[in-house]
Amino acid sequence: MDWISAIVQGTLLGGLYALFAAGLSLIFGVMRLVNIAHGDLIVLAAYMGLSTTVMLGIHPFVALLIVAPAMAGIGYVLQRGILNRTLGDDILPPLLVTFGLSVILQNALLEAYSADPQKMNAGVIETASVPVGGLTLGVLPLLTFAIAVAVIAGLQFIFYRTSLGRAFRATSDNSDIAQLMGLNKAHVFGMAMALALAVTAIAGILLGVRTSFDPSVGGARLIFGFEAVIIGGLGNLWGTLAGGVILGVAQTLGAKIDPGWQLLAGHIAFLVVLAVRPQGLFPRVAH
Amino acid sequence: MKMTPNRRHVLGGLAASVAAPAILTSGRAYAQTPTIKVGHVSPRTGPLAGFAEADDFVLEGIQAALSGGVENNGKSYNIEIISKDSQSNPNRAAEVAADLILGDEVDIMVAASTPDTTNPVSDQAEINEVPCITTDCPWQPYFFGRNGNPAEGFDFTYHFFWGLEDVIGNFLDLWGSSGAAQNIGGLFPNDADGNAWGDPELGFPKPLSEAGYTLTDPGRYQPLNDDFSNYIAAFKDAGCEIITGNMIPPDFATFWAQAAQQNFRPKVVTIGKALLFPSVIESLGDRGDGLTSEVWWSPNHPFNSSLTGDSAGDLANGYTAATGRPWTQPIGFKHALFEVVRDVVSRAADLDDPMAIVDAIKSTNMSTIVGDVNFGAGPVPNVTKTPLVAGQWQKTGDAMELVITNNAAAPNIPVGGELKLLS
Repeated sequence: MDWISAIVQGTLLGGLYALFAAGLSLIFGVMRLVNIAHGDLIVLAAYMGLSTTVMLGIHPFVALLIVAPAMAGIGYVLQRGILNRTLGDDILPPLLVTFGLSVILQNALLEAYSADPQKMNAGVIETASVPVGGLTLGVLPLLTFAIAVAVIAGLQFIFYRTSLGRAFRATSDNSDIAQLMGLNKAHVFGMAMALALAVTAIAGILLGVRTSFDPSVGGARLIFGFEAVIIGGLGNLWGTLAGGVILGVAQTLGAKIDPGWQLLAGHIAFLVVLAVRPQGLFPRVAH
Repeated sequence: MKMTPNRRHVLGGLAASVAAPAILTSGRAYAQTPTIKVGHVSPRTGPLAGFAEADDFVLEGIQAALSGGVENNGKSYNIEIISKDSQSNPNRAAEVAADLILGDEVDIMVAASTPDTTNPVSDQAEINEVPCITTDCPWQPYFFGRNGNPAEGFDFTYHFFWGLEDVIGNFLDLWGSSGAAQNIGGLFPNDADGNAWGDPELGFPKPLSEAGYTLTDPGRYQPLNDDFSNYIAAFKDAGCEIITGNMIPPDFATFWAQAAQQNFRPKVVTIGKALLFPSVIESLGDRGDGLTSEVWWSPNHPFNSSLTGDSAGDLANGYTAATGRPWTQPIGFKHALFEVVRDVVSRAADLDDPMAIVDAIKSTNMSTIVGDVNFGAGPVPNVTKTPLVAGQWQKTGDAMELVITNNAAAPNIPVGGELKLLS
């Protein structure tokens, strides 16, 4: 029973990792941009959620209605204003710029909100639980997992069923020819970043409800996101969810043996996948 | 008036700058009021910034109190404090300390807040033979973390704070009075503090078993952990009623929410580090009520500043009035650090001689706002201890207040209330 419990808890944890990773996966899939500032953008979203809930006195999940569009706006401006200028044949400039962005974000948040750990209060849902066949599962982790599945399904729908998704895929396949066909590459990239940061807003709010955060915690969240993306296969959204779950289960099973092995087990799972299938478990269709 | 550089200005400027060293070498001996430079390193930014949030307030107060200068051997000295940010990074702390010593040529070094600040700064001071005083870090990580030998000690670096044995004593006192079952769950992370607290010989396990407690310690987790379900399952199986450990706030918040989700309700939760700051407790909402922690300093400590005469309460209220933020425990220690500096400067036999300043530090025996600082009475050379008690966060009206509940280790610090069980 303990082992089943560990696997279930790991799966739920994987939902959280998948949410952290979905934005990364999307950005990488569309424009081959590795966003080092992703973790700090999650924390930024958490702080925006905090400000909104405190100022308007609303529930954190309601605050999403404000934070998600705001983050999307930031994403569009960020992409068109800064990141588009760095994209080119060389992958180093965007990497360095997002690294700088990460430092700037951390210090700006520190200046604005101080180093105090903050937390959003979501009421009873935080500690509520449901008994499922002898296991006790938290409502919040279940909800997080459901949201992760919904977000991935939503992104998948946008990618394969809408004209915006077609533009994403076309630009991703060959941006020069997409330009010839009348797509504005700069705008498409801006929309992709906007969408990615809207997802980041969801991840940020859930992070802020789940645990306390301060301006410096973003970086530590980044590595699980990256690992989930790599395990699942670069650019594959459902793969990212699978990657998150594999990572989460590996961690809780490792911790079941010895808590010191929690992170190690996750990293080993990641290394094994990397060694056996460097392209990830479910790579995007090869072009 | 517009300044346009012309030949005369340039020549004049050159002449002045060539002559300057000759004219300006008067130095300390000839100046009206000589200045003693104090270098101060503290983590203003980064993960440890909470420890230094009151720096501006404390330093302003110190500078106002020292504005009249300090008497030494019948002569008045100005004290100039040069503050630098360690960015919560030990390498950076060493760098700015070296900068202060070699660049600003400070006469005394001070530093505070966790081994990540005190140790690199003290090491730099020791190598460069500059007197150094530090605080706000348990003495074991300070002394043994720097490879100190209790038989020899250090030559230039001194430290005042409490130690692990005080935390253990206070926690045992608190748990003994709670009446909870002697079954303890331990949450120790894989970092410097967690490994020291969880060490089988020097940490919690040995004294706990000697006192008749059973400790369930599943192992070391990595800080910023996202899942404690295995710990909670182990604690439930063992029937733990008391939880202890040394955690950072995000880890504690994760654990505490998951414990509730999985119906684990201990009677006493006593955690080091995570529960120090009022802001953390506020962020936990009603779930913060009843948590317990060590208390190094509070507005109710019956001590006064030797600099300003203010009581602990005056200092804490002053901070709240000036900033609108709740008091924090490092405020008292940061203030006390400069109390010691002033005392040393006033007593040193010769302020131009670092060894004389070190001798003055060594013979320090004074009352500060955090208690007595007497370097003659420490557990190891170069270290002296300040009193430590234990307390509980209790909801009074709308605010959470840290109430001292157990004071066996320092009976002169008054108890403010009774310990309440969580469930």
